[in-house]
Amino acid sequence: MRRTTYIQALNEALREELQRDEDVFLIGEDIGHYGGLFRVTRNLLDEFGEKRVLDTPISEQAFMGMALGAAIVGMRPVVELMYMDFTLVAADQIFNQIAKYRYMTGGLLKAPLVIRGQQGGGKHYGSQHSQSVDSLYAHFPGIRVVAPATPYDAKGLLKSAIRDDNPVAFLEHKMLYFTRGEAPPPEEEYLVPIGKADVKRAGSDLTIATFSYCLLQALDAAESLQQEHGIDCEVVDLRTVEPLDTETVWESLAKTGRLLAVHESYANCGVGAELVARAYEEAPHLLRAPARRLGMAPVSIPVSRALEEEALPWKEEIMATVLEMSRR
Amino acid sequence: MKQAERALHTQTMPDGLAQPRAEADAQTGGSLLHASITTNALPSESKSAIEVPELDIELLLDMYRKAVLIRLLEKALLAAAEEGQIGGAMHTAIGHEANAIGAAYALRSGDYITCTYRGHHHGIAWGMDPGRSIAEVMGRSDGFAKGKGGSMHFVSPQHGMMGANGIVAAQVPHAAGLALASHLRGESKVAITFFGDGAMFQGVMHETFNMAAKWKLPLIFYCENNRYSEMTPIWRTSSIEDIYLFPRAYGMASMQIDGNDVEVVHAAVSQAAERARSGYGPTFIEGITYRLAGHMAGDLETYRPPEEVEKQQAHEPLTVLRKKLLARGVEEARISEIDEEVDEAIDEAVSFAETSPWPDAAETYLDVFSESTSEES
Repeated sequence: MRRTTYIQALNEALREELQRDEDVFLIGEDIGHYGGLFRVTRNLLDEFGEKRVLDTPISEQAFMGMALGAAIVGMRPVVELMYMDFTLVAADQIFNQIAKYRYMTGGLLKAPLVIRGQQGGGKHYGSQHSQSVDSLYAHFPGIRVVAPATPYDAKGLLKSAIRDDNPVAFLEHKMLYFTRGEAPPPEEEYLVPIGKADVKRAGSDLTIATFSYCLLQALDAAESLQQEHGIDCEVVDLRTVEPLDTETVWESLAKTGRLLAVHESYANCGVGAELVARAYEEAPHLLRAPARRLGMAPVSIPVSRALEEEALPWKEEIMATVLEMSRR
Repeated sequence: MKQAERALHTQTMPDGLAQPRAEADAQTGGSLLHASITTNALPSESKSAIEVPELDIELLLDMYRKAVLIRLLEKALLAAAEEGQIGGAMHTAIGHEANAIGAAYALRSGDYITCTYRGHHHGIAWGMDPGRSIAEVMGRSDGFAKGKGGSMHFVSPQHGMMGANGIVAAQVPHAAGLALASHLRGESKVAITFFGDGAMFQGVMHETFNMAAKWKLPLIFYCENNRYSEMTPIWRTSSIEDIYLFPRAYGMASMQIDGNDVEVVHAAVSQAAERARSGYGPTFIEGITYRLAGHMAGDLETYRPPEEVEKQQAHEPLTVLRKKLLARGVEEARISEIDEEVDEAIDEAVSFAETSPWPDAAETYLDVFSESTSEES
C-alpha cells in the first residue's frame, strides 16, 4: 500500500482502462491538451493520443449523445462533465436516451458508458456549480450511480464502472480531490464492485449511512460524538447509490437499531428518503427509534461561505441530529 | 443536362400553399426575403447539380416494391389505429418513401442509420420485416423490441437500424457517435441520420453540425423537409427557409434535392457516402418532400387546405416512380403485379401482428439493467 490522492487514483484508473481495452476512450471539455480542469485526465492525451482522449467544444448535449451512439456499438466512452451540474444541460441525452436505451430497444442494444465529474459544495461555486445530482440520477431506472469517498474506492469503482455494461454515473466530489488515502500501487490491479457498501467505522449505538464527501464529515462527527458524548456510531459508506446495498445497512441496523442517512443532495425526495422508506418497508423490526435523513437544505446553493456552510448537512448538523436521535 | 436538372428540386417541385415567400413578399414588399443572407448571396454552386445516373430497371422495380410496401404498411397501420388497435402517437411517412429507399439502396450493409419517430419507412427500406414491424407498433411480443419501443422506437441492429427516437433531433448525435466509433476503429462504415425540418432548430442539431464537421466524421445528415414542423410551416418559425444553408455556417458541404425521386436521393446519398468514406467528412442533404397524411394518426390537418395535398399527389414518390418505370418501357401489368403481391404481403403481415401474443407480464421488468461486464460480453 502507498498513500495517493483521489485525483491520482482516478487518473490511474483511466490510464489502466485505456491500456486494457482499446474500445475505451475519454471525451469532454478541456480534458486533453489542458489535462482537465481538475487535472484528472492529466498526461493521458500525450500517452494515448487524440483518438483516445477527445477534446470537445462546449456542447454537452452533442457529446453526451455521441457517447451513446459509440456505446451502442460496443465502445466504452468515459464522458467528463466538467461540473456534474451540467447533467442538466445534457439531461435529455442522459435521462431520456442513455438511461432508457436498453429498455426501449427490448435489450437489443446496451449503453456501456460512464459519465463522470465532480459535484458538491464547499468551494463557494454557487448555485450552478455546487449541486449534488446523486438523487436525481438515482430516480431514473437504467443508470447505475456510484459516489466513492476514498482514493482506494475511487480507483476500484471507476475501473468497475468502465467495465460495466450499464451506463454509470460516476460522481466525484470537489472536496475529495486532494484528499489522500491508502491504495495498492499501480502494478497491483484491483476492482471494487458496484453495489456494495462498506462499513468505514464500526460502532454500536447508531448507524450513519452516507457516501461521497459526507462520509468524511460523518467519520469526523462520529469521532467527536464518541469523545464528547460517548455515542458510538457505525458509519456505513454506501459507495453506490443505485443499486442501494440495503443488506449491509440492515446488518448494521440489527446492531444499532437507529438509522440516519446523510448526503449532500436535497433531503426532499432524496436517496436518504429512499433509504429511510425502505427501512420502514423492509426492516421495521430493526428500528428502535424513528429513522431520519439529512440532506442539503431546500435552497439553491449560495456562494457566501457563511451561507453555504449553513445549507450543507455537514459535521455539526450530523452531530446535532445524532444527539437528538440518541435522546429518544 | 436533363438528369442534373432534376436535382434542382425547388424548381421542379411546385411550391405548395405553405409557400411562404410569395405570401411574405406580398405583405412586406419583399423585405422578408433576406436576400442578402439567403440564396441570392450564395456562390453559384449552392444548388449545385449532382449527376443523377439512371438506375438499373430491376433495381428500380425493387425500389418500387419497397415503396409500395411502405405505403401500404402505413395505410394498414392507420386503419389499425382507427380500429383502436394502436395506442399512443403514431407518425406515418406516406409521401416520404423515396427519401428512405433512395438512401438505403445507396448505402452498404454494416452502415448505420438513426431516425426520427417518423421512421417506419426507414425500417422497411433497411430491410426490417413488415409483420414484426407492425407487431412492434401494436405492442406485441413479436415486435423487434418485444413491444417496448413501439412506433417511435424502431430498432434492428442487424439491419443497421440503431434507433428511431421520440425526441426531436435526439437521434442526430447518436449517429455522430456511430460515425465516431467507425472513425476511431478505422472502419469504413458510414452513419446516416434522418430528421425533419422541425429538427433544424433544436440546439443539439447545431452542436452536432459543428462537431461532425470539425472532426470530419463519416456522417450524412439527411433532412426530410416535408414543409411542416408538426403542424407549423417553417416560414412561421424561421427567417431562413432554405434549410441546407444552415450547415454551411459550420463548414459542411450541403445540397438541396428532390426527395421524392429515388434516383436523385440515391445519387445524392451515394455521393455523400463516398465523401464520408474518403475522409472528407459529413454532408448535409435537404430532401424536399411532402407529408401526404397527417402529422400523426388523428391529426385534424386544419393547418393546410385539402387542395394543397391534392396538388402534391402529382409529385409524390410512387407516382414519380411509376411514371419513370412506364417511360422506360416497363409494362403496366408488371407494376400492377407488384401492387397486388405487396397488398397480399401486407395482409399477411397484419394478421401475423394481430395474432402475435401480448408480451408476458414478466417482460415488464426485463432489459432495465444488464448484469454483464466487458469481460463477459
